[in-house]
Amino acid sequence: MPRMRFIQAINQALAEEMERDPRTILIGEDVEASIFGDTRGLLDRFGADRVRNTPISEQALTGISAGAAACGCRVIPHMMFSNFIYTGFDAIANQMAKLRLMSGGQITLPITVIANYGGGRSTAAQHSDTPFSLLTNLAGVEVVVPSTPDNAKGLMKAAIRSDNPTFFLEPGGRGGDAGDVPIGDCVTPLGEARVMREGSDLSLITMGSMTRMTLLAAKRLETELGVSAEVLDLQSLVPLDTTAILASVGRTGRAIVVDESRDACSVASHVAAILADKGFDHLKAPVQRITVPDTAMPYAPSAELPLLPSAERIVSAAKALFPVTAK
Amino acid sequence: MAASASNIQPDDGVLIEMYRRMLLIRKSEEQLFRDVKLGRTPGQVHLSDGQEAVAIGICSLLEDRDQITSTHRGHGHYLAKGCDVNAMFAEIYGKAEGICRGMGGSMHVADYSKGIVGANGIVGAGLGIATGAGLANQLEGEGRVAACFFGDGAANQGSLMECLNISSLWRLPVLFVCENNGYSEFSPSGTVTSGVISDRAKPFGIPVWNIDGNDVVDVWRTALEAVDHCRSGAGPAFVEARTYRYSGHFSAEAMVLSTPYRSDEEIEAWRARDPVARTRALIIGREAANDAECERMELEADAHVEGAVAFGEAGTAPCPGTANRLMRAGS
Ligand SMILES: Cc1ncc(C[n+]2csc(CCOP(=O)(O)OP(=O)(O)O)c2C)c(N)n1
Ligand SMILES: [Mg+2]
Repeated sequence: MPRMRFIQAINQALAEEMERDPRTILIGEDVEASIFGDTRGLLDRFGADRVRNTPISEQALTGISAGAAACGCRVIPHMMFSNFIYTGFDAIANQMAKLRLMSGGQITLPITVIANYGGGRSTAAQHSDTPFSLLTNLAGVEVVVPSTPDNAKGLMKAAIRSDNPTFFLEPGGRGGDAGDVPIGDCVTPLGEARVMREGSDLSLITMGSMTRMTLLAAKRLETELGVSAEVLDLQSLVPLDTTAILASVGRTGRAIVVDESRDACSVASHVAAILADKGFDHLKAPVQRITVPDTAMPYAPSAELPLLPSAERIVSAAKALFPVTAK
Repeated sequence: MAASASNIQPDDGVLIEMYRRMLLIRKSEEQLFRDVKLGRTPGQVHLSDGQEAVAIGICSLLEDRDQITSTHRGHGHYLAKGCDVNAMFAEIYGKAEGICRGMGGSMHVADYSKGIVGANGIVGAGLGIATGAGLANQLEGEGRVAACFFGDGAANQGSLMECLNISSLWRLPVLFVCENNGYSEFSPSGTVTSGVISDRAKPFGIPVWNIDGNDVVDVWRTALEAVDHCRSGAGPAFVEARTYRYSGHFSAEAMVLSTPYRSDEEIEAWRARDPVARTRALIIGREAANDAECERMELEADAHVEGAVAFGEAGTAPCPGTANRLMRAGS
């Protein structure tokens, strides 16, 4: 398997899918120059008809995507930073998420909305949000969050092939992460979580940019507490792999959910609710949530970094689950 | 109106004061660019070097009580509105002594007590906010004016139309100032913007000025009329100022882009029309000050910047709970 960077894997998936279906178009602000690098080279390869720089007009960008998709295109709007989803939110929440139902199923909306999310890099509150809650709550859109180059490629392909509006949320600052990526048509099915590390005492349930740190925390739990932690990468938030979540906690009896969302109505609190509903008999201890407190992201690193989930916070939450001598 | 109709000139004192302030902006941003390279700032910066005359020309006609809305490229607006340079550096260095206590950083430097109703990371967001400030001003009835700085790129947000319509309909004292520097990030205006931006205001019956934003006198003269129009209760006004940012969109662009998006010749051509140098030439030509005096003004600006660096460096990192405490009033 060739090794490549996160951003190259996304770029490759975009190119392969645009090759595969000539009705696929990519639109967004500076998709040609591509500050994140994910769309670089696509304009040269597919031409200005199919790859278009748009003006700074997010309301139009999302509206156009809904309209073009309803009329037969497969559309990939790139929103740049996830906060700009809010700027174009009307056509997302009122059109993309609802038109299929409201048309009585007459249309499909094959749209893949790309945005780069997350904090930790002193970009301040308007360039650092993690919009999982907002999007997962719409119901009419799918949401995927890649964590490594291989599932970045696989999820992007699945997102583009989906006939529903699908958000592909890129973990900010992770474009340079390298990993093995299968050649060719590797599609990661929507709605399937994956076990990144097996364990028997505790399930660490997470996604996206949190997985790398969570894997490190799992190692620390092994060496420091003798706790064997399983790491479950959700990959898709909508549809959510409830079966995998319940199966993991069925094996371990304990769960910590690690999520970069603000805590209120987060993915973490939703997973905790599912476990309380359907996994109650498995649970040996209350489900713990490691999230961002309910504040906006400050700029100064001294104030921002402590708000983010960290291996430290996971380890101390785990300590509370395994009192005195672990196991 | 192609430019200001009158030929009125600022007197020597005003011209020199504008020059001083332009120098402070230029020197501050040169320093910030070095600071980013040195790793002194936790985040990146968007510099306005080359655009100083717009901020200065407009703000020198505003009173302290007047408001402005600023952008992601807002250091110049901040200093032009007379806000403290020390608190700006501390903010950009991520210190508790910063104007926003280190919570906002470069894109958000704003002293609300001096009338800056936010410097925004959301392109175009200032349009609505300035129109709202205009509404508050109208209700108050004391003749305050709100000036909205926004880019040529921001002019493509749909809210521009909404705000032009409402401000004209309600005769709000809002001065729209489009800083047209020819680029939206890395897209040349011609590839993302159709027509003439200031023409967009005309159907709403809003008076329009289309000016050389690198000529501080032209900007000042225009502001004299446009601010007066707003203050008189006649409704909004619209200024489009053509200008250029030398350092590009933001401080890390050379690292993230694979190919250049503008030519050295273009940058040099604009440098030949540098607003700071032109103002100095005008001062000398008018004998408002001599070379030695201009030199001294430069040294003064350097000293201010040096002091600001020291102030920023001596600042303290905000404590981790700051965001929690500041999020909601009363907590
Ligand atoms: C709503 C929104 N969309 C996109 C961006 C990303 N962005 C930041 S600056 C910029 C270009 C702004 O161009 P212009 O308004 O001309 O201002 P300039 O940078 O030239 O001063 C863009 C697209 C943003 N910050 N906010
Ligand atoms: Mg511009």
